[in-house]
Amino acid sequence: MSGVRVLVGTKKGAFTLTSDGKRGDWTVDGPHFGGWEIYHINGSKVDPNRIYASQSSGWFGQVIQRSDDGGKTWTTAGNDFAYQGEVGDHLWYDGTPRPWEFKRIWHLEPSLDDPDTVYAGAEDAAFYLSTDAGQNWKELTGLRQHKTGASWQPGAGGLCLHTIILDPVNKDRIFIAISAAGAFRSDDGGENWLPINKGLRSREIPDEDHEVGHCVHRIAQHPTRPDTLFMQKHWHVMRTDDAGEQWTKVSGNLPSDFGFPIAVHAHEPETVYVIPIKSDSEHYPPEGKLRVYRSRTGGNEWEALTNGLPQSDCYVNIYRDAMAVDTLDPCGIYFGTTGGQVYHSADGGDSWTPIVRDLPAVLSVEVQVLP
Amino acid sequence: MIRIILPAHLKNLAKVTGEVNLELPEPITRDAVLDAIEARYPMLLGTIRDRQTGKRRAFIRFYACEEDLSNEPPETPLPKRVVEGDEPFIILGAMAGG
Repeated sequence: MSGVRVLVGTKKGAFTLTSDGKRGDWTVDGPHFGGWEIYHINGSKVDPNRIYASQSSGWFGQVIQRSDDGGKTWTTAGNDFAYQGEVGDHLWYDGTPRPWEFKRIWHLEPSLDDPDTVYAGAEDAAFYLSTDAGQNWKELTGLRQHKTGASWQPGAGGLCLHTIILDPVNKDRIFIAISAAGAFRSDDGGENWLPINKGLRSREIPDEDHEVGHCVHRIAQHPTRPDTLFMQKHWHVMRTDDAGEQWTKVSGNLPSDFGFPIAVHAHEPETVYVIPIKSDSEHYPPEGKLRVYRSRTGGNEWEALTNGLPQSDCYVNIYRDAMAVDTLDPCGIYFGTTGGQVYHSADGGDSWTPIVRDLPAVLSVEVQVLP
Repeated sequence: MIRIILPAHLKNLAKVTGEVNLELPEPITRDAVLDAIEARYPMLLGTIRDRQTGKRRAFIRFYACEEDLSNEPPETPLPKRVVEGDEPFIILGAMAGG
């Protein structure tokens, strides 16, 4: 029977949670890199033993770790994330120009075909590629040097490139998202980029039709429907069916359409999951009830999933990279909270169980299905 | 012989325990010591000094002989007692955060 390995990045280290395909009994291993912030830990789709981790610290900066044995042992990879060419400026919170300055890697996305090829999303926003298993990194400058780049401003968490989606059908197509610049698409492997923010409405910017400036929190895609994307924006849950040419609001009956993560069921392309948060100034679930909301209709009609989740006095947050789905049948859903709980559902969201309850604040959750 | 004390996180990263000892030709400066540390432990590149600017990271401090040398010019020779191995050159993370 196949197994699953959940890769958890936290504010104080990385953890791996493993189980067999029944997903009933779990083994918790860690902390790896104890005391360091692990913004993201992600495995290769073609070689599950190859795992990359973004390890960072306000004191010691950015480190990239690589494992070739499923997380048992780790090797320090390269951390020379240079901005190529004229560095230039973006806008600071107060609207003044500020030079781009590397702070950390938010997201690591291994190639769908080659375990040695991996993409990285940085703060301040830049898009990097390594073709040698993370030893050397090259900025693909077309994104940061887009004509709108000088007007990008950070969100509350920084000017971070936090979402990378590699299109499994159109191999040259990549989607990324930046807070608070918006979503972008490349049709040539990351060389050139197009803002794809039409239809997004953001009261936080003076011109709501502006092509950039939208605070996109997360985008999700089902691999069989590459032109359909679901977005959790600062406010609003959105969808597009034409690869981002036009977005439509699908918040429907959600109790709040503010939130961070969004995920799509592994076998049902119109089944979507979000976790509503009360507001941008109150980063906890409405009414103190931790509820995952599921739509089986691609949005607009949402049902609360509460079985096994705390329904009183719960004031945790769930960060944008902290929800994932496995590809088993039934589909498993996983998410981690700022309170250190990692919950999972082995039945598509109908019921939930904590795998572990007392980790440091969870920054990211990914899941691998093992042979 | 130069004795260097690394902060715990960097010891873990470099997979060392205790002090790091280096033999260096004079003049022995702060940057000469850091160059040698990074050459022996390349996984520490960027963790003490910024990869792009070469400047000390903001929350890194350098102490020796009960003095804070953090803001000394990097080419300044280190104290005689450090050069002679009587006192360690201490690299540490500043007290900050919680």
